[in-house]
Amino acid sequence: MKLTLVTGLTGLILLVTIVELLRRRQLREKYGMLWLAVLLIVVPLSLFPRLLDNVAGTLGVASGVSLVLFLGIVFLLLVCVHLSWEVSALEEETRTLAEDFALLRAEVEAERAARTESARNELVSHDG
Amino acid sequence: MVNGKRVLIIIPALNESGSIADVVGEVRGELPGVDVLVVDDGSTDRTAAVAAAAGARVAKLPYNLGVGGAMRLGYRYARDNGYDVAIQIDADGQHDPRYVPKLVDQLDEVDLVIGARFAGEGDYSVRGPRRWAMVMLSLVLSRVAKTKLTDTTSGFRAANRRVIEMFAGWYPAEYLGDTVETLVHTARRGYTIRQVPVAMRKRMAGTPSHSPAKAMIYLGRAFAVLTLALIRR
Repeated sequence: MKLTLVTGLTGLILLVTIVELLRRRQLREKYGMLWLAVLLIVVPLSLFPRLLDNVAGTLGVASGVSLVLFLGIVFLLLVCVHLSWEVSALEEETRTLAEDFALLRAEVEAERAARTESARNELVSHDG
Repeated sequence: MVNGKRVLIIIPALNESGSIADVVGEVRGELPGVDVLVVDDGSTDRTAAVAAAAGARVAKLPYNLGVGGAMRLGYRYARDNGYDVAIQIDADGQHDPRYVPKLVDQLDEVDLVIGARFAGEGDYSVRGPRRWAMVMLSLVLSRVAKTKLTDTTSGFRAANRRVIEMFAGWYPAEYLGDTVETLVHTARRGYTIRQVPVAMRKRMAGTPSHSPAKAMIYLGRAFAVLTLALIRR
C-alpha cells in the first residue's frame, strides 16, 4: 500500500508539472503532448503496478515491474537520441545564422567605408 | 586577377593577431590582383581589426564555428561575389603565397587543387601515430579520389567555380570535416582533385603539438571521421 502511495504521488506530481509548464508556455507543444501521452500510461501504472503482469507473462518477463523498467529505459534512450538530433539541427541553424550575420556585417562595413571615403573626397574637392 | 580569373584568398583566423598582418601583407604583395578575405572565427583578440588595417576584407563571425564553419562562410562570400577561384590559406603563415599561381594553373584541368607537403618539395616530417594517421588517410583518400594524395589534411587548397558553389551549400563544421570529409564528398560527386607539391614554412606564430597521447587520439579520430565520411551519402 505504501509503495502504491509513493508511485502514485510521483506520477501525479509529474502530471501537474507538465500541465503547468504547458500552461505557462514553457514547453513547446510537441514535447508537451509527448510527455502528457507518456504520463497517461505512467499514472495508471503507478497507481496499479500489477496492471502489466499479464502482458509481462506472455512476453516471458518475470514481472510487470521489470517490463515497465525495460520499456522505460528504451523510451528514455530514444528520447536522448531525439534530443541529440534536435540539438544538431539547432546547431546547424545557428551556424547558418552566424554566417548570414557575418556576411551582412561585412557588407555594411564595406558600404560605410565607401561612403566615408566618397564624403572625404567631396570635401577635398570643395576645399580645392 | 590571376591568369584572367577573379581570385579570392580565404584566410580563416582564430586569435591570430600576431601573424595575420604579415600573412595578409605578404599575400597582397605577392599577388597584387587578388582579393583577400579574412574570416575571423570568433577571435577574442584584435584579429579582425588588424586584418582590416592590413588591407583585407573581413567577415567576423559572432562566435567560434571551427575551421569548417569559417570556410563555408568564405565560400559563400566567393559565390555571392562572383569569384572564379577561391583559395584557402592558413593564418599562421606556413603557406607560401608564391605557390598560388601554380595552384590556379592546375584548375584548368581539375576542380580542386591541394597544395601538399611530402610531395617532393621542402622538408617536413612526422613520426609515430600521427604519421600512421596520415598514411591511412592518404591511402584511402587516394583510392576514393583516384589520384595520388599524400597530404590530405593540408589547409592549402584552390577551388574552381563549380566546387565553390558546392562548398557554399555544403561544408562540414566538424573535426577534420573541413579536410577529410570534403575530399570524400568532392570525389564522390564526380569532381576531380589533384595535388601540387609545395614547401611549407615554419609557422610565424603558435606551435604544433608533439604529445604522443594527443597523436594517438588524433589517429583514432581520423579513423572515425574517415569511416563516417565513407558510409555517409
